[in-house]
Amino acid sequence: MFSEYTANELTSIFVMQGFSGLILFSVFLLMALGLAIIFGQMGIINMAHGEFMILGAYVTYLTSELFLNYFPSLFSGYFFIAMALAFVACALLGAFIEWIMIRHLYNRPLDTLLATWGLSLIMQQAFRSIFGAREVGVTLPDWLMGSYPLNDTIDLPINGFFVMGLTTVITVGVYVLTQKTRFGKQTRAVVQNREMAGAVGINTERVDRFTYALGCGIAGIAGAAFTMIGSTGPTSGQQYIVDTFLVVVFGGVSSLLGTIAAAFSISQVQSIMEFFLTGSTAKVLTLLAVVFILMLRPQGLFALKVRR
Amino acid sequence: MFNYQRLLSNQKVLQYAILAVIILVILPLSMDIFRLNLIGKYLSFAFVALGLVLAWGYGGILSLGQGIFFGVGGYGMAMFLKLEASSPANTAIQSTPGIPDFMDWNQITELPWFWEPFHHLSFTIAAILIVPAIFAYIIGVAMFKRRVGGVYFAIITQAIASILTILIIGQQGYTGGVNGITDLRTLLGWDIRTDTAKYVFYYLNAGLLFLCLFISAFILKSKFGRLLVAMREREDRVRFSGYDVSNFKIFIFCLAAVFSAIGGAMFTLQVGFMSPSLIGVVPSIEMIIFCAVGGRLSILGAVYGCLLVNLAKTNLSESFPTLWLFAMGSLFIAIVMKFPEGLAGIIEHNIKPAIKGYLADKKNKAKGEIQAPLETEKRI
Repeated sequence: MFSEYTANELTSIFVMQGFSGLILFSVFLLMALGLAIIFGQMGIINMAHGEFMILGAYVTYLTSELFLNYFPSLFSGYFFIAMALAFVACALLGAFIEWIMIRHLYNRPLDTLLATWGLSLIMQQAFRSIFGAREVGVTLPDWLMGSYPLNDTIDLPINGFFVMGLTTVITVGVYVLTQKTRFGKQTRAVVQNREMAGAVGINTERVDRFTYALGCGIAGIAGAAFTMIGSTGPTSGQQYIVDTFLVVVFGGVSSLLGTIAAAFSISQVQSIMEFFLTGSTAKVLTLLAVVFILMLRPQGLFALKVRR
Repeated sequence: MFNYQRLLSNQKVLQYAILAVIILVILPLSMDIFRLNLIGKYLSFAFVALGLVLAWGYGGILSLGQGIFFGVGGYGMAMFLKLEASSPANTAIQSTPGIPDFMDWNQITELPWFWEPFHHLSFTIAAILIVPAIFAYIIGVAMFKRRVGGVYFAIITQAIASILTILIIGQQGYTGGVNGITDLRTLLGWDIRTDTAKYVFYYLNAGLLFLCLFISAFILKSKFGRLLVAMREREDRVRFSGYDVSNFKIFIFCLAAVFSAIGGAMFTLQVGFMSPSLIGVVPSIEMIIFCAVGGRLSILGAVYGCLLVNLAKTNLSESFPTLWLFAMGSLFIAIVMKFPEGLAGIIEHNIKPAIKGYLADKKNKAKGEIQAPLETEKRI
């Protein structure tokens, strides 16, 4: 399959496909981070995660419309405000959902899966009723448009760099938050032994609510980033949820490094194969490989040893 | 003691008889063939729900990929019917006569090898029963022997359902793509689109469903059924007692898969097409709600659940299309949070005690005694 391309062309293909793979990796990672926090730390299967992401995307869309119509002079900076708003909106909704629904379902992981699926259906229909079934796209400020020409054959889109930078910042933030702060220590303590954590005075219910809200909030940021590379529709979230769960499980639950490695390998393999095969074949092969590896190694790439 | 058990089994017989009367007599008499055909379609989903009661309710294995097996059965039957519908005489206008029309549209000039054996009905029926079992066996061995269960199993089966859908949609020339396999006409030269055929298939479907119900009831009553419950509650203890838990799980998962495949085949026969929209992630989860509404511990409940949810879906989405997803989502949440045992649980724990209390009340009043009203048992 390589024979009809020259060496120079092949390099360009690999660089460009690798770059688009990196963008895909960033979105996967952003989505998977929120999910890894919720699933890995709390054992909750959040099937509504994709819808939280889409909520973030719609918040970004609304903010961009708002700025376009009322504060055109500030338009170039709207994206940062949109991201903050998306985070807050999703985190608040997440905390509410945790309070009304999830907290009654701890210790019943399969049931959280079904309940959050119901939630995702409701959210989808709510999006459809409010924003319409048609997909919407945001207007990007000028500095995010266009591409950066590396040489004659290679063009790298600028918003890709932005998404990657954003992902790096968020990932580092999550790492610091879970590993270095008091809140992170409490979360990890609750994960490892809920009764003992409660016994030493950690308010486990509050930790649970914050964790869930944080995961949803990160999904909101992922949604904001998502608007830069694709348009947003009521069911866009559902297309990503299976992939994202595979990323989290493949990487090994509650291992940040594993999530990163899994997101990277899946997105790169898929993106590079997409050029040579059809998109659907590439996806099928990638997912099959992941499922096959998971069958051989159910604990994922990087497993954290926890005494249960 | 003997009398008590006797009563219980009488009650069970009565429950089956009621369902049989509803399905075999009341429904066919009360609606036209179009509506009855819809009911037949819903009942083909009941096979999947029944399998889920066994695997999920009793075995504790939540498979989010039952659509896979439904699809295997459905596509197997559809391939046979399609080959019959695309005889060289029927497809003379194609550039390659004798192959299904969608292959011709996709510039395929020869029947692919895996379509060849579907010329024979006996092979098709065998494939519908055996292929899902093998498929489920492979998945089951890979997962349960490594003691992967619960959430991981759910996610991986969901991923497999997603893979299968992408594959079928992507390989349009071999599978019919998004549209699926349509325009099915005859079964062994007998037109399946007539009203008579629809009645025949409805009763065939009902008969097969009752056969599967009896098989399930038999299994649950046997020692194996007790073991399943024990496994679900305390897997370790069953293992320590010397049983190989994974083999039981694999068996029940395979059985559920075969049931689903039968349902898929009956779906194709009654509805006249098969498409990827019935086997992916979303329909697979919908099938779980059928089972959950009826009651995940009740094999008869699965049938009622299918009928009720699908009737509600058809009626609601006809008259209030926007409301349907809200209703479905709320149903999911309400069932999981308030009624984990579904309708069967409500009847068992709320209605039956209430009736008993009411009857006891009446008796007491007849005797002239005043008694505090019986409190119905509260369940979490």
